[in-house]
Amino acid sequence: MSWDWNVVADVVASICLIGGALLALAAGVGVLRFPDLLSRMHAGTKPQVLGLILVLIGLSLRLRSGAAVWALVLVALFQMLTAPVAAHLVGRAGYRTGKVRRDLLVVDELTEAQDQATQRGTPPEDAPGSGDRG
Amino acid sequence: MTAVLLTCAVLLTAAGILALIRAERGPSMLDRTVALDIIVTVVVAAVALYASAERRTDVVPILVVLSLVGFVGSTTIARFASVEPAGEGRVRTREEIAAEEAERIRAEDEAEQRRRARRAREAENAATDAPRPATDPAEVRAEHASHGDEARRAEVVPDEDRREHGDDPHVDEHGPGEHGPGEHGEGSDR
Repeated sequence: MSWDWNVVADVVASICLIGGALLALAAGVGVLRFPDLLSRMHAGTKPQVLGLILVLIGLSLRLRSGAAVWALVLVALFQMLTAPVAAHLVGRAGYRTGKVRRDLLVVDELTEAQDQATQRGTPPEDAPGSGDRG
Repeated sequence: MTAVLLTCAVLLTAAGILALIRAERGPSMLDRTVALDIIVTVVVAAVALYASAERRTDVVPILVVLSLVGFVGSTTIARFASVEPAGEGRVRTREEIAAEEAERIRAEDEAEQRRRARRAREAENAATDAPRPATDPAEVRAEHASHGDEARRAEVVPDEDRREHGDDPHVDEHGPGEHGPGEHGEGSDR
């Protein structure tokens, strides 16, 4: 075990950085080539969480200072808090405005649940476009 | 290390360009939003790459800020601008803009007049007999109906309809269980 740990850290950091960049590239290719909104979101989420974490691990292995590493942990934490919010809102707005291609979906539980809720009995005037009612 | 940095830079550049192409093409606002999210992520990765290349710790706050505010754009668009009204995809002619503007000004004038009439009426009622303000709204409405209010309302309807649709994604702040019918209606009338 006569390794130079600085070199080891640099190598691992390089691998992590390249992994993160590859995930970003995959997201770019996916968002350009995938056919509809949900699959583009699927592609876009890869670098937002895993890619970012890989890049941050690589960066903290290069920096090796306590304060910076804690700040990077904070970055990962914020990203993991905010990315689901944005994705949820985008997906919801896409579903409501008809950007979801139903023919590409394998399972569509939301529409089924809504159909069941409609059959269980809501007032007939409630049907179109009144989303503010219980 | 230099080779690694160059590779990463090339990969990130390619990713950013591809996402940019999608942001330009994107058939809907939400596709552009997703693409712009990816661009923000690429920028974060690029800043991190720069920091690791130079071993600089002073750019780390930039990463914190980017990860905090990066989602504001997509959230805002998904909430308020997800529905593009028909006809907004093209540049309107001068005449169309003038007509819309005239329509808007006329509607505002009418609303103002209506408000003034109602206020005058309320003042009158308050002056003559104080203890019957409960019947006021019905009376006012009846008065408007007798003055040909239907025609005016018929003009305003398309505008209101459009606004309602535009607002639709942010109408509901009361939890997931209750917009079943609304969502279903949205999906089925298309």
